[in-house]
Amino acid sequence: MVTRKSAVDKTSLHKPVVMTDLKGQTLVTLRTLTEDNPASLETYIKLGGYSALRRIVTEKTKATDIITEVKTSGLRGRGGAGFPTGLKWSFMPRYFDGVKYLVCNSDEGEPGTFKDRDIIRYNPHQLIEGMAIAAYTLGARVGYNYIHGEIWQDYEIFEAALHEAEAAGYLGENILGTNFNFDLYAVHGYGAYICGEETALIESIEGKKGQPRFKPPFPASYGVFGKPTNVNNTESYSSIPWILEHGGQAFADLGVPNSGGTKLFSVSGHVEKPGNYEVKMGTPFSELLELAGGIWKGRKLKAVIPGGPSTPVMPAEAIMAATMDYEGLSKARSSLGAGSMIVMDETTCMVKALHRLSYFFYEESCGQCTPCREGTGWVYRVIDRIVNGKGKMEDLDLLTDVSNNIAGRTICALGEAAATPVLSFIKHFRPEFEYYIQHGKSMVESQ
Amino acid sequence: MLSPQAIEKIDYELTKYPADQRQAAVMSALRIVQTERGWLSKESITEIAQYLRMPEIAAMEVASFYNMYDLSPVGKYKITICTNISCMLRDSDVIVNHLKTKLSVGFNEVTPDGKFCLKEGECMGCCGGAPLMHVNNTEMHEFLTVEKVDAILEELK
Repeated sequence: MVTRKSAVDKTSLHKPVVMTDLKGQTLVTLRTLTEDNPASLETYIKLGGYSALRRIVTEKTKATDIITEVKTSGLRGRGGAGFPTGLKWSFMPRYFDGVKYLVCNSDEGEPGTFKDRDIIRYNPHQLIEGMAIAAYTLGARVGYNYIHGEIWQDYEIFEAALHEAEAAGYLGENILGTNFNFDLYAVHGYGAYICGEETALIESIEGKKGQPRFKPPFPASYGVFGKPTNVNNTESYSSIPWILEHGGQAFADLGVPNSGGTKLFSVSGHVEKPGNYEVKMGTPFSELLELAGGIWKGRKLKAVIPGGPSTPVMPAEAIMAATMDYEGLSKARSSLGAGSMIVMDETTCMVKALHRLSYFFYEESCGQCTPCREGTGWVYRVIDRIVNGKGKMEDLDLLTDVSNNIAGRTICALGEAAATPVLSFIKHFRPEFEYYIQHGKSMVESQ
Repeated sequence: MLSPQAIEKIDYELTKYPADQRQAAVMSALRIVQTERGWLSKESITEIAQYLRMPEIAAMEVASFYNMYDLSPVGKYKITICTNISCMLRDSDVIVNHLKTKLSVGFNEVTPDGKFCLKEGECMGCCGGAPLMHVNNTEMHEFLTVEKVDAILEELK
C-alpha cells in the first residue's frame, strides 16, 4: 500500500526511470548519471563539460575540421532515420545573408520512445553544449529545442538549464569572451505525434498546425521562417561534445562499422526493469534484455518492436539473434529506428496490439494527404471489426492492400509508419489473425 | 481581456522569436491562457489572436489541431491517461477501469461536481514509467497502481 504522501511526492517525479549500465561501460549522452545531481551545471563541468566548446571558440577551430571529425565518428541521426550527422551538417549553406537556425527535435511521441526525455532532465547541459558547437560550426545565430508538450516538468528543467548556461557565458552574446553569438530557446509542442516530423515541427515553431511540408526544399535551404535550418535529434546533438573531446575515431570505435558510438535504448513493455539503457552499438539484443531484467513474471518472449511501431515487429527467434545496430537490425529485416524496444511476452494478443497501434496512427494522421487520412481510418475500422468478432477472412488481404496504398503515397513518413505494423504483424502472426476471425475471440486469451 | 499575468508570460515567449513573427508564440499563448482559465473558449482564442496580431482562424486551427488544448470545460482536474501500446502492455486498462468506476465518468466526461475530467491520451513519451497519467497537462504520475491512483485522487481537493 502506497502512502498518500509518497504518491504525490514531488521529488519522486524526478527519480531515474533509467537503469543504465554503469559497470565500466563508457557513457556518452547520459554520463552525468553517475553523479548525485546529474542535471546541474556544476556536475557537467566537473565531468569535462563545456571544455570542447571552450577549446573550439577560443582556438577558432575551422568549421570544416569539426564536420570532418563528426563524419569520422560515424554518428548517425538518433531520431530514427539514421542519416549521417556530419553529412547533414555539410548541406547547410556556408554563406547566407541573414539568420540561420538550429533546431533540436525533442518531440518524442512514437510509442515506446522516451530517451530524449532522460537527456533533457538528467543531462541538459550536454545537449546545450552540443547545440552551441553545432551553431558555431554551421553559423547559426538562433536555436530552438522543441520539446514534447507532455513532459512539462522536464521542459522546465531544460529552460532553467538554459538560463544557467547563459549566466555562465556559454550562450548569448560573446560566448566565453569571443565574438561567437548564439541564442538558444526552449519551445514546446502540445500533443501531436506528427510534429516529430522535422518540417511539421518547423511549422509548429512558426505557430501553425503541424502539417509536414513538401520536400524539397529541405530545411537546410528553407527551414524556420524560411531560413536555412539544421534539424537534429536530441541524442545526436548530445553526442557531439564527447566526440570533440575524445575524437571522432574514439566514438566510432565504441560501436561497430557503420554504427558509431553508444546508443540509448528505451526498453518498455513486458520486462522486469523498463527504462533507458545506454550501451555500445552492436550489443546483442539478448544482453540488452538481460540488463532490463529479462521478461517479467518469468514468462517467455514472444515479439519485439525494435525501433518504435514504424519499424517492423520481430518474432522472438529473430530478435534474440540480432545485434543492436543499424546493419544488425536491417539484416534481420527490421530497423533500429529510435531504439525504442517494445517487448511483448507470450500472453500478448497480437491482434489487440495491432488494434491499439492502428488507432494511434488514425488519431495522429494530420489529415493532409488522402491516402493516410482515409487509409489509417479504414485500417483501424477493419481491425476494430475483427476484434469485435465481425471480421471476414478477406479482411487480411484488404488490410494489406490498404496499407500498401498508403505507404509511399504521402508527403511524409507517417504513411509508411502506419503501414509497417499492419504488414509486419500480419506477416509474422497471420495464424493469430485467422483464429480471431474464425472464432471471434483471441487465440492467446483462449488458451 | 487577457490578464496582466498572462500578458507578461506571453511577452516572455515573444522574446524567443523575431519581432515580425508574433504568431510563433501562439502555442505558448494558448497554453498560458488555458492554464489560467481552465479551457479555451472562442473568446479566449480571439483575444490571443488579437494580441499576437494573427487571424483568429489561424489561432483556432492551432487550438483544434493539438490535443492538449481543451476547447470545452474540463473541470478542475483533467486526468489524461495513456493507453498506447507500452502502457497497454502494463495493464493501463486496469487503471482506466478503476478511474471510470471511481469517478463514475467515461472518457471526455466531467464529474457532476465539476472536479474531474477523464481523457484518453496518446503516447506521452515516458513509456518506461508505464502505466502513467497526467494531471492538468503538467503533473506526470508514473508506475501507477490502483492504490497509487487512489492516493493521487485524494490529494486533488
